[in-house]
Formats: sequence, C-alpha cells, structure tokens
Amino acid sequence: MKRSPATLALRWSGRVLVAAILLFVLLPGVVVAISAFNDRAILQFPPQSWSLRWFYRAFSYADFAKGFWNGLTVTVWASSIAVVVGSAFAFAIHRYKFALRDFLEGILLSPLIIPHYTVGLGILILASQTGIGRGFPLVIFAHVVMVLPFVMRSTYISLENLDTRLELAASSLGATPLRILFTVTIPLLIPGLLSGWLFAAILSFNEFTATLFVSSQATQTLPVAMYNYVREFADPTLAALSVIYIVVTATLLTIANSFLGLGKILNVDAH
Amino acid sequence: MNTRPFLGWFVSPAGLVAVGLIAAMLAVFQYSVRAYIPGTLEVGGFTSANFEAMLRPLYALAFWNTVLICFETAVFTLLLAYPLAYALTRTNSSALRSFILIVSVTPLFLGEVVRTYSWMIVLGNNGFLNTLLLKLGLVDRPLRMMFTSGGVIAALVHVTMPIMVIMLAAALSHIDRNYEKAAESLGAGPIRIFMTITLPLSMPGIVAGFSTAFAWTFSAFATPQLIGGGRVATVSTLIYQLGFSSFNFPFAASLSIIGLALSLAVIALLKKAASPLERMAGTT
Repeated sequence: MKRSPATLALRWSGRVLVAAILLFVLLPGVVVAISAFNDRAILQFPPQSWSLRWFYRAFSYADFAKGFWNGLTVTVWASSIAVVVGSAFAFAIHRYKFALRDFLEGILLSPLIIPHYTVGLGILILASQTGIGRGFPLVIFAHVVMVLPFVMRSTYISLENLDTRLELAASSLGATPLRILFTVTIPLLIPGLLSGWLFAAILSFNEFTATLFVSSQATQTLPVAMYNYVREFADPTLAALSVIYIVVTATLLTIANSFLGLGKILNVDAH
Repeated sequence: MNTRPFLGWFVSPAGLVAVGLIAAMLAVFQYSVRAYIPGTLEVGGFTSANFEAMLRPLYALAFWNTVLICFETAVFTLLLAYPLAYALTRTNSSALRSFILIVSVTPLFLGEVVRTYSWMIVLGNNGFLNTLLLKLGLVDRPLRMMFTSGGVIAALVHVTMPIMVIMLAAALSHIDRNYEKAAESLGAGPIRIFMTITLPLSMPGIVAGFSTAFAWTFSAFATPQLIGGGRVATVSTLIYQLGFSSFNFPFAASLSIIGLALSLAVIALLKKAASPLERMAGTT
C-alpha cells in the first residue's frame, strides 16, 4: 500500500509523541533509581559519589520490616475475605433478583467514588464510638471495603463468559446445586477469582490514605511507614526502597504478562 | 425446588460488609453536626457551626483549589494517556505492546507514596529538573517546583495515568476496525478518520476515564501533602490536619461530607455533559 508523505509525517510524529510520553512515565523511576545509589545523605541530583548503604539501611530499618509484615498480614486476610465475599455476592447479583439487590450493589461499589479519607475517617470514628480497638481487624475491614468493588467486577466478568449449559448438563444428570457449585461453577471461575485476588492483594498492599486513618503504631503497613519516614528524614533510604519496590513489581507484572496475558486481565485486548 | 440456591449464604456476608460501611458513613454524618470540645475526643451537642465555618475564605479556597487541581489533572492525564492507549491497541509489534503495557501499568501497582517520593527528587531544588535546566543554562537559579500546585499536578497526572490508559485502551480495543477501513476505502485521510470515527467511538472510555481520574485525584492525599508541603491546601490535607493535629474530628467529618458531596456532584455533572457526546457516537 502506498503512503503519502503527509501520512508518513503523521505516523512519525505520532511515534515521537508516544516515545516522549513513555519518557515522562519512566522519568521518575529512573531518577529515583539513580538517587538510591547516592552516597550523601541529602537528595541531590546527580549524585557526586556512590554507595549501596541506603539499600542496607532500607533492609535494616525496623519500621519498614514491621510495616512489610503488617502489610502482608492485612493484604492476605483482606484480599482473601474480599474474594469470598465479593465473588459470592457477584454470583448472587448475576443470577438472581432479590430484595435490596441494587441498593446493596450500589453501597458496595461506592468506595470507588467515595474519597478514601472519608471511608478511613468513618471507620475510625465508628471504632472509637463502639470501643473497638485500632487493631488488625479494623485495618482488614477497611481494606476489604476498598478492594471489594474490584473483586466483584472481576468475578462478574468471568460469570458473563461462563457457559451455563455446563451447569444445566450437570443438573440434568442429577447433580445437586451444591455439587454443581463445587465441581462445575467454581472450577470454571478459578482464573477470574485468581486475577481478582491478585488485583485485590496488590491494591491492598499499596493502600495508603484510608490505612493512615485506621492504623496505629502497632498495625502500620509499609506505605504508612514509608510516609512517616519521608516526613522525618530526607536521606535516600526511601529511594533505595522504591527501587526494590519498582523492580519487584515490574518483574511480577512481566511474569504475569507472559503467563496470564495482562491485556486479558485488564480487558484491553482487541477482540 | 429452590430456584435460588445459596441466596442467603451468598448475600449475607456482603450484607454485613455493607452494614459496616453504612455505619461508618453514618458516623461521619453524625460527627459532622456535633460540637468540638478542644482537648478531648468526646463530642458535644448538635450544631451547624462546622458547616458554617466552611464558608470562611480559607476553607472555601481549599475546595475551589481541589476542584481546579482535579480538573487540570484529569485534562492533562487524558491528553497524555490517549496517545499511549492508542499506540497500545494499534501497534502490530507484540514486543512494543508488552513494553507499553508494562511501562504504563507498573506505576498503578507502586502506590501513591513511592510515586510521590520519586517526584520529589525530580522537582526538588537540587533535583533532576533543576539540575538539567541549570546545566543547559536555561535558568540561573533553581526554579521553585516543590510546594507549588504545578508540581502537585505534574505528580498527580503521573499517578492517574495508568488507570486512564487502561480505561481508554479498553474502549479503543472494542471499536470495530471495519468502520475505519470503510472510511479509508472511501478516501478519508487518517486525521479525518480519527476525528469522525475513532474519537467519537472511544467517547465512553474518555468519560469513564475522566471521571475516574477526577475521583482518584479528589481522594489523593500523599501527593498534595508531600509535594504541596502544606502550601497547597486541598480538602484531603485539611481533613488530615484537623483530625490528627488538632483532633477536631467533628470539623474533619463535616469537611469530608462536603468533599464527598462535591466529588459526587462533579461526577454527575460530567456524566450529564458527556451524554450528548455519547449519543452522537451512537452508543446509548
């Protein structure tokens, strides 16, 4: 197919534009990676001398280690509870009509729009009024509320794509509803449930604003610990931690992309 | 036979979570109309003083600032995310596809604190941009980019980009390419095809992305707090200050109620403004 010079010029300026935008997206990550190796204790670019000592400090700083384990506890509990609760509810709204159906759905999807600080403040006030302490259950509840919409969506999409004739076949062969659920429906939903869990876990591990309100010194997660650090110290420890974060996340995503197809999970694949 | 097996089992856990969330929201409402007693966490009797105080210029300005910042962030995010989403869905090279996908989606999984921190190094007085500008001789002393709303917006655009790219790419990937091919065979140029077919058909994604970007930015706290450094007052930073520095929870609660109402109103307005556009695209 022949192309006119104008079309070619358009094509190339489009490429330059996309490259420039990718540069904008990558820039902070690159800058933070270089700063992490700065030997001096101030944020300065470019660094004058190099060292690995901030990586050592990122690993040895007690609050980060504690925040990591706290965060992992909260994440595993919150995303697992959210997957069970959210998928069951998504199943109910997909299959049945029942009283308060739309109302409940609206309430549970509302954290997508309600500012996180409003949810955080609400749960904090509720806890202080009812005398529930600011322990792990409170933080986990806040996280379940935050990630539930994503899990519901992920399961709902999987249910839309599920071939119900398989369930009908099982039913006509005499299987009980419970048996159909565990031997047909749930196994077919596994990919959707897994990607919902993964998405919930990543969001929960990184949730910051609401967690800041509902967590205490004893339950603070990694993002909260990092936020407190950056307010107290100006050295590049956080840059080192950010580099670890970026490398681990990008690696996980690359693996997820090659095995699961990220495009499919995020629903951006061409049909 | 029961035609709705497991209904109770499947709905009640979600119902419990919903009850908890409603109780939390009611708690915020309740606190917002209670009097603040300095020095304690107890609240006094019912009052409308909290909402009246919001008319004071300091708070009214913070609201205006927040809406403005959110709007500008959503506009710039849309302008930057669209070409990426377009390239992502239209490139033939699968390596390039994966690269764009990973680069544009990774920041989504990094959290607000890490991303904000990296922008502090980019924008700081001894940071990357100032060093670059000084070396190139474009400025003689460092530009102040930290603690300005411009800096906050730059970082917020970066924070909001991934979700916008995902939503736009989802919309773009579902467009039937035959429309574009038909237009091309009838002699339309690439710009005309884009303006009259691709852009209108991607309108649902633009609206969804824009309102999500707006809501996320409205919710953002770490970015305005750390990059704004207390000099860019937004609703979220005010609520945190009131709650955790002066323990004025009633006033913090009334601010979050107004914040919630404002963000709902803006999203509803956006939806309304967008509906003629969507009709034009024939999607509703």
